[in-house]
Amino acid sequence: MTATTPELGRPAIARGFTSAQYWICLQGIVWRESLRFLHQRERFISALVRPLVWLFIFAAGFRSVLGVSIIPPYQTYILYPVYITPGLMAMIQLFNGMQSSLSMVYDRELGNMRTLLVSPFPRWYLLTSKLLAGTVVSILQVYAYLIVAYFWGIEPPSLWGYATVFPALVLSGLMFGALGMLLSSLIKQLENFAGVMNFVIFPMFFASSALYPLWRVQQGSPWLATVCWFNPFTHAVELIRFAFWQQITPLSLAVCLGCTLLFLAAAIIAYDPARGMLIRRGE
Amino acid sequence: MGQTPKPATGATGVPALEVNHVSHSYGKRKALDDVSFVVETGSFSVLLGLNGAGKSTLFSLITRLYATRHGTIRIFGHDVTRDSGEALRRLGVVFQARTLDPDLSVLQNITYHAALHGIGPHEAKRRSEDVLAQVSLADRMADRVRNLSGGQMRRVEIARALLHRPPILLLDEPTVGLDVKARADIVAHVRGLVENQGIGVLWTTHLIDEIAMTDDVIILHKGVVLANGPAAEIIATSGAADMRLAFAKLTGTELD
Repeated sequence: MTATTPELGRPAIARGFTSAQYWICLQGIVWRESLRFLHQRERFISALVRPLVWLFIFAAGFRSVLGVSIIPPYQTYILYPVYITPGLMAMIQLFNGMQSSLSMVYDRELGNMRTLLVSPFPRWYLLTSKLLAGTVVSILQVYAYLIVAYFWGIEPPSLWGYATVFPALVLSGLMFGALGMLLSSLIKQLENFAGVMNFVIFPMFFASSALYPLWRVQQGSPWLATVCWFNPFTHAVELIRFAFWQQITPLSLAVCLGCTLLFLAAAIIAYDPARGMLIRRGE
Repeated sequence: MGQTPKPATGATGVPALEVNHVSHSYGKRKALDDVSFVVETGSFSVLLGLNGAGKSTLFSLITRLYATRHGTIRIFGHDVTRDSGEALRRLGVVFQARTLDPDLSVLQNITYHAALHGIGPHEAKRRSEDVLAQVSLADRMADRVRNLSGGQMRRVEIARALLHRPPILLLDEPTVGLDVKARADIVAHVRGLVENQGIGVLWTTHLIDEIAMTDDVIILHKGVVLANGPAAEIIATSGAADMRLAFAKLTGTELD
């Protein structure tokens, strides 16, 4: 706090916010998102069931069809369910990012979003806090999935894998959340959200290394392999895969970091009243 | 709750809200055209206009949901565009649309709002008891918002808007969709805030019967301010018998 401004007989209002107040604001936003998530049991259950269906049914069915050769970070042959687990972890976060996007459009239509946007804190800070809140929720979902997967025999080479994958989950969660936030600024009505499913989630998921290694895609279709290589989802999957195996892939780390900053900057511009798209649409 | 002594109006000479030559367009359609007015602290000002007059656009500009491209808006001297943080922290807002989260309790909604103003949970709870007592809802603190009536939700929104103790309160058609009793309660409560706490209020409405003779009135029609001043003065100047007829005469509309 630097100075005070007397307000007509009321207690003086200090200028600016302290770092403690910034922290309170962040905590409040994370707390609210977490509460909403816990209150919406269907959302929690569906977030858990979706990857488990892939794991229990799809992966079980394909484990005898698809063989995965020894590719980094694996040092031995692995079962197909083990291979697709990082992809399913990223899928949880991608769906959560899009769910956050959906809720932002919903909040905007209902007016709840205004409560956030008229806060006196800087808008970039509010949006980044909301992004962090969504990431916290997505990480809770991933660890809930990993607990179930553990009893299905899927685990990292050592328990440290659960810790080393955490920063990778933070980064990929931020990246998908920022992408969702950017999309939410572009979607005018809730009804348009179906398009996000068709044109964002499914292409990102299937054109990636989530379900099959890129060398196998390369064998089948070189141009598709190129698409997969440029897909940020592929890099999120590989970042998680390596981190779960206590390794790091610098390229994927750089791509995820770059995409996060790019998507977030674009979302902040889109939500800026002076420069964003909301004003041009007259919302 | 202990009431804050009513301050002398305009004690520092800085208006609570100052709108200067503000214009706004959606593409080629002009929603506001050179709008200017002032809301003094401790005054109840009514922004009166039919649907589509530009009230909500103006409201969005004051709250910085939209950027002010032409003209300036100041809250206690702080420019909403250049010094938005300082301007917004002095502002309490009640939107026309419901902005409470129905899945959360009353206290949780208010605590969230407090965090958005940098107020911690303990202080938020203490203040919540005060502001909810003011709107006679202290006993509903733990209830989920979806279990409240429309009037109660509106009162919670007013309590929430007061939590960070703003010296000016903006309400965008706060009585829309409420029954007669709930409407009367809310109008009386907000007038009490002006009287007892010296808060400046800008109340937007299209309902003429919510205006008192002592109010300052800004008549907005098709994006233009047609009249601005004490209600009694507007009536006298227009040569009409009451505000309803004055409004009809100024806007050229026929009211049922």
